[in-house]
Amino acid sequence: MVDFSLAEVEPPTIEVATGRENGPVTLGGSWNLRGLCSASPDWCEKLTACAKDVSAEWDLRNIGALDSAGSFILWQAWGARLPEQIRLRAEHEALFSRWEQRPVPKLQPAPRRSRPFLIPLHRALSAFLEHVLELVSLLGRFVLDLGYLMRRPRDIPWRELSATIHKTGSQALVITALVGFLIGTVLSYLSALQLKEFGAQSYIVNILGLSIIRELGPMLSAILVAGRSGSAITAGIGVMRVTEELDALAALGVSHSLRLVLPKVLALMIVLPLLIVWTDVAALIGGASSAMLTLDIGYHPFFLKLPNAVPVVNFTIGLAKGSVFGLCIALIACHFGFRIEPNTESLGRETTRSVVTSITTVILADALFGIVFRNVGMP
Amino acid sequence: MSGRCVIRVEHVWTCFGEHLVHQDINLCLEPGDILGLVGVSGSGKTTLMREMIGLLTPSRGEISVFDVPLSGISVENRQRLRSRFGVLFQGGALFSALNVFDNIAFPLRELRFPGALLIEQLVCMKLAMVRLEAKDAMRMPAELSGGMVKRAALARALILEPDLLFLDEPTSGLDPLSGQEFVDLVAALHRELGFTVVMITHDLSILTDLCTRVAVLADHRLVASGTLDSVLACSHPFVHDFFHGRRGRPPFESGEAG
Repeated sequence: MVDFSLAEVEPPTIEVATGRENGPVTLGGSWNLRGLCSASPDWCEKLTACAKDVSAEWDLRNIGALDSAGSFILWQAWGARLPEQIRLRAEHEALFSRWEQRPVPKLQPAPRRSRPFLIPLHRALSAFLEHVLELVSLLGRFVLDLGYLMRRPRDIPWRELSATIHKTGSQALVITALVGFLIGTVLSYLSALQLKEFGAQSYIVNILGLSIIRELGPMLSAILVAGRSGSAITAGIGVMRVTEELDALAALGVSHSLRLVLPKVLALMIVLPLLIVWTDVAALIGGASSAMLTLDIGYHPFFLKLPNAVPVVNFTIGLAKGSVFGLCIALIACHFGFRIEPNTESLGRETTRSVVTSITTVILADALFGIVFRNVGMP
Repeated sequence: MSGRCVIRVEHVWTCFGEHLVHQDINLCLEPGDILGLVGVSGSGKTTLMREMIGLLTPSRGEISVFDVPLSGISVENRQRLRSRFGVLFQGGALFSALNVFDNIAFPLRELRFPGALLIEQLVCMKLAMVRLEAKDAMRMPAELSGGMVKRAALARALILEPDLLFLDEPTSGLDPLSGQEFVDLVAALHRELGFTVVMITHDLSILTDLCTRVAVLADHRLVASGTLDSVLACSHPFVHDFFHGRRGRPPFESGEAG
């Protein structure tokens, strides 16, 4: 009989007759899932305590509603059998009798394995080496694909390349300009406070120019692109794994590296230097604006002095960094994208790893640039 | 329409922008019925089911479940109502980050069902009902075959002892043998648990083996509804094409129904 009411059901009750040995235990109320959810917290302990007495007499005739969940819980409490002395309604008998014929599986607890200290360390090292090997092989594949496309320019995936340039470049212009402008302003303001102390106001151009063009511009753009586009690339490839689009491409004989990896890597190698120029300009305008307000240095003298204060090779180093950072971000994003398994947890985990690894790699690569070019472009 | 309806669909119209999906649909599903909802792809079967579940709201008309109109239902009553539904989605929709056990236990935990041991017992009971083994409980959904995914999803749909079960193409993606096994399983569970079923299907054998009622959606309308025999007697061209052997299908005789 279907209950049409949405109201709370009567909770299950357990009454044990006092003054008489061996019961009877009288059950009432609703012994269905809805009833059990609204039962008092101690009903389970009470039931187990009553069921321990194997000779107890049970009276189930006052039960209002009984479903398979309720009957199963009672059956389990009685030790997978009906008590010897039980009174129940005819329509409820079938609910218990089904458990006699049906074996219910028992979960096996997972064996506890001891974990010596060195095993996690070994695993972490192996995983790191695996990542490095896969990344190197992805880079190798990219170089081979480039060679292939030079021989067959008709196969260059122009559409994917153009779409990626638009998504990672054009659509990032506003955010990179805003961040660049604000950082330039703050840097200029804080430097101006110090320079005023020494009467070296005119050096604001040298400090801002060198730091922004050589270091901050490339780093800011790369970190923004890693967070914005790197995560999108990883998640995009991951969703393609989940929806079996990667398998469909493979089945159609379309190379993943040529169609998915190469356009993204090439696009970021082109886009990031351009974004760096854009961010540099925004940051320098921000810096110049702040210098004008705090040090009374106008835009004209600021930008007139800039080429003399910062050798042009710094600009070239910034652009070179952009291409290398773009290569690193795109390769890492694709690598983690292909590692995503067809489940939601893996999607989130690998996307986070991708962004963290990209930013860390960009910082490491920047440090490497700093060491290699330590004698180049310094005034 | 006699007696009380578990689901009552009254003058339901559904439009997505300019696109008309349903035009004046009326339906009443009585307790214990197994309704097979058939129709060509894009005829709005899944949309109608989603409206019955309360995931979509019709543009016009009213759908009542257990005599409760879904429009303007309070959040509390919606939750109570949903705890009496079991839904089996077409692809199973198991949570990929959880293993089979946790997937089946999920609705109980959300309902704050007391006791980890009791939850374990109830999950094991449902595993037995859908004929899955204990070792399957610890496997992840990605490690299961299509048939096992459907069984695990059915166990999750049944864990709250629903009075109403929605099945969206339960045999799609299964081989005929697994499909038949699944149909037998649903039939056995229906006999045992006595729930009401709404099922979207393209499988004609399910209509004969399982469904007590059939509703046919075509041309935005419910062109036929009733027992299989009464639907087969309908003269609508779609019903004729669907049941009487177009596209190389063997003719479907009304004598087979039953």
